[in-house]
Amino acid sequence: MRNQQATKLIFDLSQPGRRGTQFPESDVPVKPLADLLPADQLADQPPPLPEVTEADVVRHFVNLSQLNMSVDTHFYPLGSCTMKYNPKRHERWAKLPGIGDLHPYLDESRIQGMLAILYEMQEMLGEIAGLPAVSLQPAAGAQGELTALLTAAAYFQDKGEDRKKVLFPASAHGTNPASAAIAGFECVQLNSTVDGLVDMEELKANIDENTAVFMITNPNTVGLFEKEIAEISRLMHEAGGLVYIDGANMNAILGITRPGDFGGDMMHYNVHKTFTGPHGGGGPGSGPIAVRDFLEPYLPGPVLTKLEGDDGEPFYSLRDPEKSIGRVRSFFGNVGILLRGYFYLRTLGPDGVREISEIAVLNANYLLAKLKDILPVPNGDRCMHEFVASAKILQKEKGISAMDVGKRLLDFGFHAPTVYFPLVVAEALMIEPTETESRATLDAFADAIRQIVDEEPEFLHQAPHSTMHSRPDDVAAARKPVLKWSAQAQ
Amino acid sequence: MDPAELKYTKTHEWVSLDGDVATIGITDFAAGQLTDLSYIELPDVGRTLSVGEDCGVIETVKAASDLYAPIAGEVVEVNGALEDDFDLLTNEPLGDGWIMKLKVANATDVDALLDHAAYLAHCETEEH
Repeated sequence: MRNQQATKLIFDLSQPGRRGTQFPESDVPVKPLADLLPADQLADQPPPLPEVTEADVVRHFVNLSQLNMSVDTHFYPLGSCTMKYNPKRHERWAKLPGIGDLHPYLDESRIQGMLAILYEMQEMLGEIAGLPAVSLQPAAGAQGELTALLTAAAYFQDKGEDRKKVLFPASAHGTNPASAAIAGFECVQLNSTVDGLVDMEELKANIDENTAVFMITNPNTVGLFEKEIAEISRLMHEAGGLVYIDGANMNAILGITRPGDFGGDMMHYNVHKTFTGPHGGGGPGSGPIAVRDFLEPYLPGPVLTKLEGDDGEPFYSLRDPEKSIGRVRSFFGNVGILLRGYFYLRTLGPDGVREISEIAVLNANYLLAKLKDILPVPNGDRCMHEFVASAKILQKEKGISAMDVGKRLLDFGFHAPTVYFPLVVAEALMIEPTETESRATLDAFADAIRQIVDEEPEFLHQAPHSTMHSRPDDVAAARKPVLKWSAQAQ
Repeated sequence: MDPAELKYTKTHEWVSLDGDVATIGITDFAAGQLTDLSYIELPDVGRTLSVGEDCGVIETVKAASDLYAPIAGEVVEVNGALEDDFDLLTNEPLGDGWIMKLKVANATDVDALLDHAAYLAHCETEEH
């Protein structure tokens, strides 16, 4: 039976006088606060903190955590998010005293081990990208995009070129145009073909001497490899522009092809997705970028460099690139997540890294084949690491929407797929099983969906039936969000 | 408004011309796609718009869509009632859910728009 008492707001659990800890009597003289702080710095009354016992706190948070669906508890096929299982050994290693207890202000000579790890991570990411110059600084994917666009802007400015346009296809992640706009570019959206790919004629019509960057996710958000990517890159380069590869879907191509090999000039990784940083619920992420050598001088610093020490041994050092755009993140980036990615890559090695993508693509195609007769996949019978199914016919014939299917899946013990993205597919369900799932799990998931589409539509409109809250009011949450607790509002 | 009398854009706006003032809204087809509206941003009165310029935002829980000016002109009135009652837009997009009125800069702009039959054919292709 669920403990519903403990999951009330912790402020509602508060009882005057309850404490988790009893402080000993002070053994030094106590001065009144008014003697220590100026009058205008003193609050009129203490802040309204909840007063609870240790048991209240522990039960509150443990019960809340059990209401969550996580990759540690459930299959989590949230398309575009690569919710693969995160090995626990990474957590143990990241906590080793020689790694977890370092202070970023320590002298370089005392953190050679950490700097060696970051240097090797830089090199491995460059190799997997086919783009030699890497900055580990960006804190997550979207900041990686922005950083790369600022790097591109600095490059064009340095060349004396005033290029203002950034092109992107309609299937792009919303962060692409957002990053371009923040970096000061004008955004031009290109329509996709009926096959879900970049429309080459539309692209040609929009490339000119004012075009700075073409941003593309490959494979794209409908789970297809952009077959014309080499020609797209050729056209962009011919016009003097650059090609940006959004690395959100790297899980499909690791060790099989490389952004640098198919014409990309810049890319970001999502280390937290592709290389197992535990993520979801807002972070932390890590979004390193890799670029061609001619863009290296503009990268944000510091970057890691390998020198030879006085003793002939390697000495790792930090430096700022010559014409750096400056810092984008404090210290060395989100090191905690970079470490987990490093452990992952070193555990698997080159062959293992390739196998990630082979299995991820196989799993997605297996699920696609099991579901396409009840949830049609508009963009073909084969996919990369994810596919976008459509509940459009189900919606038309029975009134069952993608949202209904997603919500009902929670009752079966599965996290919902991404719904209503990308917008180019009506009633979209974007399913990404990842490589860490067994055939038994995929079969159980497909069986659940087969059962759901035969259920009564009215019953589905009210799903989920097993969670503490069924359907939160999305519209009220968007229109009148209550973002923090306040005593006055109670 | 009689749908057959209106002019349309491929981006699902409609235009009704009365003298040199055009009333503009979004179509039934577009309104049908907008479930769970969460936010509407209208252009400022007095703003001058060019053809195709984005001049507003319609946001649902699922996505945000831009509103485009079908023709050039100056915004002389916006339908403030929409900001309080989103249902007007979803239930009566061709009536009380109109969005803005423009003082038309160039009456021939309207000639480039789709008629009702052509617009329906366009929606048909988008469905597939």
